[in-house]
Amino acid sequence: MTPMLDLTGLRSVRPSEYAARFAFGGAVSVATTLVARAYGPLVGGLFLAFPSIFPASITLVKQHDGRAKALDDARGARIGGAGMVAFAIVVWAGSGRCSPFLVLACGLATWALVSVGLWISRYGREPQPAERHR
Amino acid sequence: MIALALRFLVGAMSVSAFAALGEAFKPKRFSGLFAAAPSIALVTLAMTFHSEGPRYVAVEARSMALGGFAFAAYCGSCIVIAKHAWCPIWLAAVSAWCVWGVVAFGAWKVLLVLGGAP
Repeated sequence: MTPMLDLTGLRSVRPSEYAARFAFGGAVSVATTLVARAYGPLVGGLFLAFPSIFPASITLVKQHDGRAKALDDARGARIGGAGMVAFAIVVWAGSGRCSPFLVLACGLATWALVSVGLWISRYGREPQPAERHR
Repeated sequence: MIALALRFLVGAMSVSAFAALGEAFKPKRFSGLFAAAPSIALVTLAMTFHSEGPRYVAVEARSMALGGFAFAAYCGSCIVIAKHAWCPIWLAAVSAWCVWGVVAFGAWKVLLVLGGAP
């Protein structure tokens, strides 16, 4: 299985779905800030990895592409979770040692490397699935 | 209030950007990676660096690492629940939040007991 860029997927999403993600993303960003202010950074940090948007996004995948593809989306996200752990460890280790921009950029690069690396090692040798035309 | 409005705007843009990236890749099993992108964390931590400083960010990031394990466990349980055709996908995804809570707060409690908290 080889990942491929397919920009037609962007056109299949309705403007209202983009708007919902925008509103959800903003609301969750504010909510995590408020949790950190109320309960401190130990609890606030946990909620930086809370799957708040995931139920909405997996439901959209199910509506567009069916249950099997929604499950595939969750399988990808499970691997991305390992990348999220790597991101957090890099930020934890780098905070105070380098500039904030460098710390976050390195964290993001680590997320991408770990996620894609694990994905290729897990699914790279599987045959390409037949994609349904939307 | 202005700071919260700014967080809303930047957080919304970050989530939308990662969601669009996810839509631009196939197969779905790969684009699912972007559902676990640190889109909220990136924005929140960047603004927290500015407002609270690096020590605060380090504590948040350490907790986030525990939350990341919980996220992976959440996705695993979501897959198990959603495999049952009678269960609506949204219900599987929402009910699996319990798994996230148990793993995240369980790991957090272990960290406290081991004396890792400042």
